[in-house]
Amino acid sequence: MLKTICKRLGLLVLTLLLVTALAFFAFSIIPGDPTDTILGLEATEQQVAALRAELGLDLPLPVRYFRWLGDFLRGDLGVSYNFDIPVTDLLAGRIAPTFTLTLMAAVLIVLFSIPLGLLAARYEGGWIDRILTVINQIAMSVPNFVMGISLVFLFGLVLHWFQPGGYVSPESGLGSYLWFMLFPSLAVALPKSAMTIKMLRGSVLTELTADYIRTAYSKGNSRASALWRHVLRNAMIPVVTFLATTIAELVAGSIVVEQVFAIPGLGQMLISSISNRDYPVVQAIIVLVAFVVVLCNFLADALYRVMDPRLKGR
Amino acid sequence: MKKRNWYLTFGSVLTACMLVFIALGFFWTPYDPGALSARDKLAEPSLQHLFGCDQLGRDVFSRTLNGAGNTLIIALAVLAVGFVFGLLIGALCGYYGGAVDATVMRVCDAITAFPSILLAMVVIAIIGPGTYNIIAALGILFIPSFARLVRGEFIKYRSRDFVHSARLAGVPAMRIIFVHILPNTWPVLLSGLTIGFNNAVLSEASMSFLGIGVGPADASLGRMLSEGQSSLFSAPWCTLFPALVVILLVLGVGMVGEGIRERIR
Amino acid sequence: MPKVFKRVLLLLTVASLLLISLCGCAGDTDNGKKDPSSAQSDELSDGSSVTVGIAQDLDSLDPHRALNAGTSEVMFNIFEGLMKASPDGGVIPAVASDYEISPDGKTYTFTLREGVTFHNGNAVTLEDVLYSLKRCAGSESDGTPLIAAFSNVADIAADDRGRVVITLTEPSLEFLNATTAAIIPQGTGDSQATAPVGTGPFSFVSYMPQNSMEMVRYEGYWGTAPKLEKVTFKIITDVNTLVMGLNGGTLDMVIHLPNTVAAEVQNNFTVLEDTMKLVQALYINNSVKPFDDVRVRQAMYYAINVPEIIDFVCDGAGVPTGTSMYPAFTKYFVPELAHKYQQDLTKAKKLLADAGYPNGFEMTITVPGNYEQHVDTGLVLSQQLAAIGITANVQEVAWETWVSDVYKGSQFEGTVSGIAASNMTAREMLERYTTGHSKNFIKFSNQEFDDVVSRAMTTMDMDEQVTLYKRAQEILNEQAASLWLQDLCDLVVMDPKLDGMTFYATYVLDMSTIYYK
Repeated sequence: MLKTICKRLGLLVLTLLLVTALAFFAFSIIPGDPTDTILGLEATEQQVAALRAELGLDLPLPVRYFRWLGDFLRGDLGVSYNFDIPVTDLLAGRIAPTFTLTLMAAVLIVLFSIPLGLLAARYEGGWIDRILTVINQIAMSVPNFVMGISLVFLFGLVLHWFQPGGYVSPESGLGSYLWFMLFPSLAVALPKSAMTIKMLRGSVLTELTADYIRTAYSKGNSRASALWRHVLRNAMIPVVTFLATTIAELVAGSIVVEQVFAIPGLGQMLISSISNRDYPVVQAIIVLVAFVVVLCNFLADALYRVMDPRLKGR
Repeated sequence: MKKRNWYLTFGSVLTACMLVFIALGFFWTPYDPGALSARDKLAEPSLQHLFGCDQLGRDVFSRTLNGAGNTLIIALAVLAVGFVFGLLIGALCGYYGGAVDATVMRVCDAITAFPSILLAMVVIAIIGPGTYNIIAALGILFIPSFARLVRGEFIKYRSRDFVHSARLAGVPAMRIIFVHILPNTWPVLLSGLTIGFNNAVLSEASMSFLGIGVGPADASLGRMLSEGQSSLFSAPWCTLFPALVVILLVLGVGMVGEGIRERIR
Repeated sequence: MPKVFKRVLLLLTVASLLLISLCGCAGDTDNGKKDPSSAQSDELSDGSSVTVGIAQDLDSLDPHRALNAGTSEVMFNIFEGLMKASPDGGVIPAVASDYEISPDGKTYTFTLREGVTFHNGNAVTLEDVLYSLKRCAGSESDGTPLIAAFSNVADIAADDRGRVVITLTEPSLEFLNATTAAIIPQGTGDSQATAPVGTGPFSFVSYMPQNSMEMVRYEGYWGTAPKLEKVTFKIITDVNTLVMGLNGGTLDMVIHLPNTVAAEVQNNFTVLEDTMKLVQALYINNSVKPFDDVRVRQAMYYAINVPEIIDFVCDGAGVPTGTSMYPAFTKYFVPELAHKYQQDLTKAKKLLADAGYPNGFEMTITVPGNYEQHVDTGLVLSQQLAAIGITANVQEVAWETWVSDVYKGSQFEGTVSGIAASNMTAREMLERYTTGHSKNFIKFSNQEFDDVVSRAMTTMDMDEQVTLYKRAQEILNEQAASLWLQDLCDLVVMDPKLDGMTFYATYVLDMSTIYYK
């Protein structure tokens, strides 16, 4: 068991190194020099050389990478080209909304998909199942930002359940913050829930045909109790895996949907930094998101192992 | 008794309708999709303007046709780039296996761990915006998922008898890969293509929605949705119709994919 | 192992209960807030805090280094010069209480006002004023004036009566307007960019790039105290977000809102109309081919239809200018120039053919994407130019990129934007197009124009000055240095409970007169 954990942790570190290296080198091949941005076009060669030395740009690439990584791990994400202030300051306060959104979306997906997925499987072929299948197929086809716009229209402009654009910061009231965030997270969660419901329904149905279920039936268990006692747990495994791989998409979804709901999160910062070619900011956000995604995948993997005893030895 | 494949039937009909609708836009639109008209600013849907007009008096129907066409072309181009390279990489890795395969797959894993649209944004940040750059950015990012899919199929077939006997008969490897194995993988690849297509449509729409896609003069469904949002209450038609087109297109193709998967089962 | 399973279920149940209960509580509080105005009054129970949406980030908090009109517009509330702008376009004494101009126009003498204090509580001293003025003139740094008009300054000194005496190299009728440059405490030049300190009615609290700037009422203000206690400027570059912010109650006021979205807010807000006090134009880079040929520029000018543009982006409420001057400059504005180029496609095509482009050419119009007015104008221009075979591609860039590439770097072919005057002098709008001027981003170069402007700047005869500046404007128009379009309509949208908005003849937002009814 310990050996497995060590191996997994090793792999995690390796993936993180790979991801950060990709992010670092991608931004190192950009034509143009940061010194141009900082000094302007009329700088003398000496000024440029001095600044290059100061910024460490004259060092070989791998050395720069490890320096940058070291700084990054210490929380120094570099300095924004445009605003000349540390990226950390720029991002502070913008991280929470984005990840709150992601987290709430993940919770909502689980809340929607488990009961509905089981219901669909329980009454396979029945009218509940059929209606769910139709709704699902449609929900899957709605882009999250279109879902967002629809929610703004329905709950914001028509029903007035929330104020579109009325973002409430967590400091000014946790309750109203979460209430406001509920709608964007719905926009992220609904299309993904549809997929999860479908996954769960499929894997439950497969499990139901497995031998041990037939045994359970032969012992006199009803379909419902077989479902409840035996199937759910095994069927949950592919769902958890699916959710883990979806985390990346949830973060991306949050970033897009933020724009619809005017939430001052990482998304707005990312978009404006891309348009402004403020590379340190873009780089920092990407690496940050990558860290979160990779860690989530790792945790999901761990959970998966706890849930499925068959995988223990491996 | 063969159950009727409703997915495939409905999906094909819907997709065909959408394609006819979009194809129409390539040859004919009621108005020039870029033509501005001060008189028709935010005009309501009417017989002259079926879907109404946007904030610059452009005909939403024409723009929707044109925008859907642009989105379709971008999505197909992205799919072509991702599919061709993914196929080559996946086929070779799957057929030969070994250390190269392991390395390539690790890199693919690392890339697919990222949200694709975020990566596309990074590529755009580096190479700048524009239609071709979007195709390149999204195309590259679609390679790993196709490579994985194709590789999986090739691993499944490479130890089959017909491959062994072909190899013993001295058939060149390339011929085995493309003539013997590839045709068997079509159903799976086709269903993968439908998923890829939908992802490409959604990614393009999202990027244009965020303002880092096509330019302000080009019609794009994503951009129309973003522009329409500022007059959501006073002129909902600017948002409604492009949204419907995206949804129906994705729904149709998604159902075709589902139908294909059902048939494989 | 069913234990694990149970635990997972338990966790899910707890999580869902938690979520539901949270929604429940939030839902309750929400019921009381259904009406947006009541939500606002809760928040503003002190009745005196306002959040204003602005579309453009501040380029520098340092008043002498800020370049963008959008920055000085806002910082007007924090800083004051010896003089300050008055709504009618003139200047009134601020840190100075009185001034005197010598008959030869070379010596300006200012008497300092008693009882003016900085936001740090210290009284404004003669040393502070001398320091500030010298900093503007560049003598605190490498000698390059931080404020262009100060290049004419020969000496800054105090006289024996404690007055400030500014001596000019060349006589100038307009220098008084330049003394609106901010007065800051001695020695704070380097810290102004992070912690601005001035003498204005509001004092700076905090600034977060891409996010917001906060200021509060300065209780020690020498003049009429503002009624608002706190003003927060929210930087929102996306027009959708601005509209949603208004409707959602996070913004009480938005300045420069595009006409196209007015319909979305007019039911619940007071919409005030004015013009922006700037010149919107298709600015053309005169140094690149084919735009270095005057015939090409004139052809373009004849190809476009300015009234139609004004209809599109301003519902007809913009005012055509025809040159680099806007109507608020009543003394210098030449209304006839606005109609010099009437759309005439035959003439345009002929000019283009004479210049060697009978089939037109392709060009890029760069527009700052945070201003929908400019983006839309670009699209309309592109359609109009197509009539003479010019394919104009509209390319959107972020504001910061626009400033660095287009405005500072002159890396563009054509661009739609607005140029405002930082003080109410004709010089401010015209000198920038003299050959080699640092702000001459369109790289216009014309001998006669240079001569006329330099004579206008130094003459002491008011009538002659007006004539000369008018002539300079004619040259800009004749040469089609750029396609001068209009002074854009300006919409200020605010909470119906707010009042007291004062429109200035310059690009200024005065928050000190705004109050809750």
